[in-house]
Amino acid sequence: MLDWFPLYNSLRIAGISTGIIFFAGIFAAYYIAKAPRLLKGLLDVILTLPLVLPPTVVGYLLLRLLGPKRPVGAWFLEMFDLKLTMTWWSAIFATAVVIFPLMYRTARGAFESFDETLAYSGQSLGLSNAYIFWRIRMPCCRQGILAGTVLSFARALGEYGATSMIAGYTPGRTATISTTVYQLWRTNDDALAFRWVLVNMAISCVVLLAVNFLEKRRTAGAAGGRR
Amino acid sequence: MSVSVEIEKRLGSFHLEVAFQAGDETLALLGASGCGKSMTLKCIAGIERPDRGRIVVDGRTVFDSARGIDLPPQQRRVGVVFQNYALFPNMTVLQNLRAGARREPDKEKRNRAVEEMLVRFGLEELAGRLPHQLSGGQQQRAALARVLVSDPQILLLDEPFSALDSHLRFRLEGEMREVIRQFGKSVLLVSHDRDEVFRMAQSIAVMQEGKLDVVGAKQAVFAQPKTRAGAVLTGCKNISPLQRLGDGRVRALHWGMDLTVAGEDGRAAYLGIRMHDIRPGEGENTFRCQVVEEIENPFSFTVMVCPVGREENQPIGWEVDKETWQRLRADQVTIHLPQRSILLLEA
Repeated sequence: MLDWFPLYNSLRIAGISTGIIFFAGIFAAYYIAKAPRLLKGLLDVILTLPLVLPPTVVGYLLLRLLGPKRPVGAWFLEMFDLKLTMTWWSAIFATAVVIFPLMYRTARGAFESFDETLAYSGQSLGLSNAYIFWRIRMPCCRQGILAGTVLSFARALGEYGATSMIAGYTPGRTATISTTVYQLWRTNDDALAFRWVLVNMAISCVVLLAVNFLEKRRTAGAAGGRR
Repeated sequence: MSVSVEIEKRLGSFHLEVAFQAGDETLALLGASGCGKSMTLKCIAGIERPDRGRIVVDGRTVFDSARGIDLPPQQRRVGVVFQNYALFPNMTVLQNLRAGARREPDKEKRNRAVEEMLVRFGLEELAGRLPHQLSGGQQQRAALARVLVSDPQILLLDEPFSALDSHLRFRLEGEMREVIRQFGKSVLLVSHDRDEVFRMAQSIAVMQEGKLDVVGAKQAVFAQPKTRAGAVLTGCKNISPLQRLGDGRVRALHWGMDLTVAGEDGRAAYLGIRMHDIRPGEGENTFRCQVVEEIENPFSFTVMVCPVGREENQPIGWEVDKETWQRLRADQVTIHLPQRSILLLEA
């Protein structure tokens, strides 16, 4: 019988980090799209960096920040008696940093294709900026943002490098699908490793189908809008 | 005065500096694209912020740089109809109108106002449709209904007909005139179409490179555009730089014609004459001309002519009705440029 903990753990880590990054990415995208050009270019580079850095480098940097003897980690340990590494939720830091650029960039792309005239006309009709954001801008950019969210979730599920460094591999505690596959392969449990590979592939296929479906709806919607 | 605008704004090398007032009438800002007319509307709506100046709408100061007043667009009660109508694409016509009515806090009143507006604009049948399921004319009606249900104190129309086919335009212009008449307050219309402007507005402000050239009643502006840009925008096709010869005589340098003009005060740099103001015949300012080209229009001919012996010059266009041209048609014709039709224009 397969121990389903890694699947459960992977899903909750990916779910929580996607949830956080959904708001953080949209927030960053919304404000950076309006920033002056120089600042925009600079922030863009910094925020996209985790996408191109090897995950091990991200893991290393996170450990240097959050490790029990490092500034932030030590402070948390002292103030709250809380160790930020080697727990199941430590992986959230890793996946969140890695998927942030995906969410941020897709959301920015969606916001940039939004017709600003709609916001202006909303404002002159007396609609609040919050109403315009949630009832007009977000629905108009829905397809792009949804696609970005699904993609971020998929990437979070597959995160290995930074996760294994900051959360380690403890069966039943911090094990995720990807760290489990590596561990099973390392210990020559080929058959079990293969079953987890199949599970992982099934999830990834579902996610990619969802992305393609959203993309298709988006292009169909755009074509309809141009009529 | 229902609207009074006096603003200045610098954008890179572009310098917008306009001042005008309008009562409960339609004032058209006529200008080529990029002259700053849309920017002016955006400043009034509060979408763009001028560097300096004052904007007063219906007695309320909505912007005053000296007193530090800059109301957000939500509080200005300035209704804008954008060129592309800017209907919210994710909402039905009904939802668009409801969004427009949200200023009214009382839900009963709000729904009643929306209902009335749907009926008034004949949109009841279309209430459930999304904007992309509407024709251009229906979109315009929905946009007008939405802006009016928000109860604005002034209406800004930014090239309202440019997205429409020409056969639709004429009919919708009529509808729009009726809407404006019922609205009864100031309307600013931005356009580059002189015919549309003449039919829709009472007053015209000609805009060029961020400045207002000529402001006045439409008949006066069309009769004497004062500047070269004004002449071009009101449709004058024959324009030439002039050289003063003294004693009320000037030379039109492009055409090689010496003309007697009235009221030349030393400021004019160009002269112009509308193609349909040229007459066949004798008298002062007449020239024996060679026909260079004959262009047939649906209801007239445009005959391009040069004074005989000076064919190296640019031809001047003469618009003549078909019947007259059938009668006069020849290789050489005599044309008459009546003094009162000659426009003296500043640069």
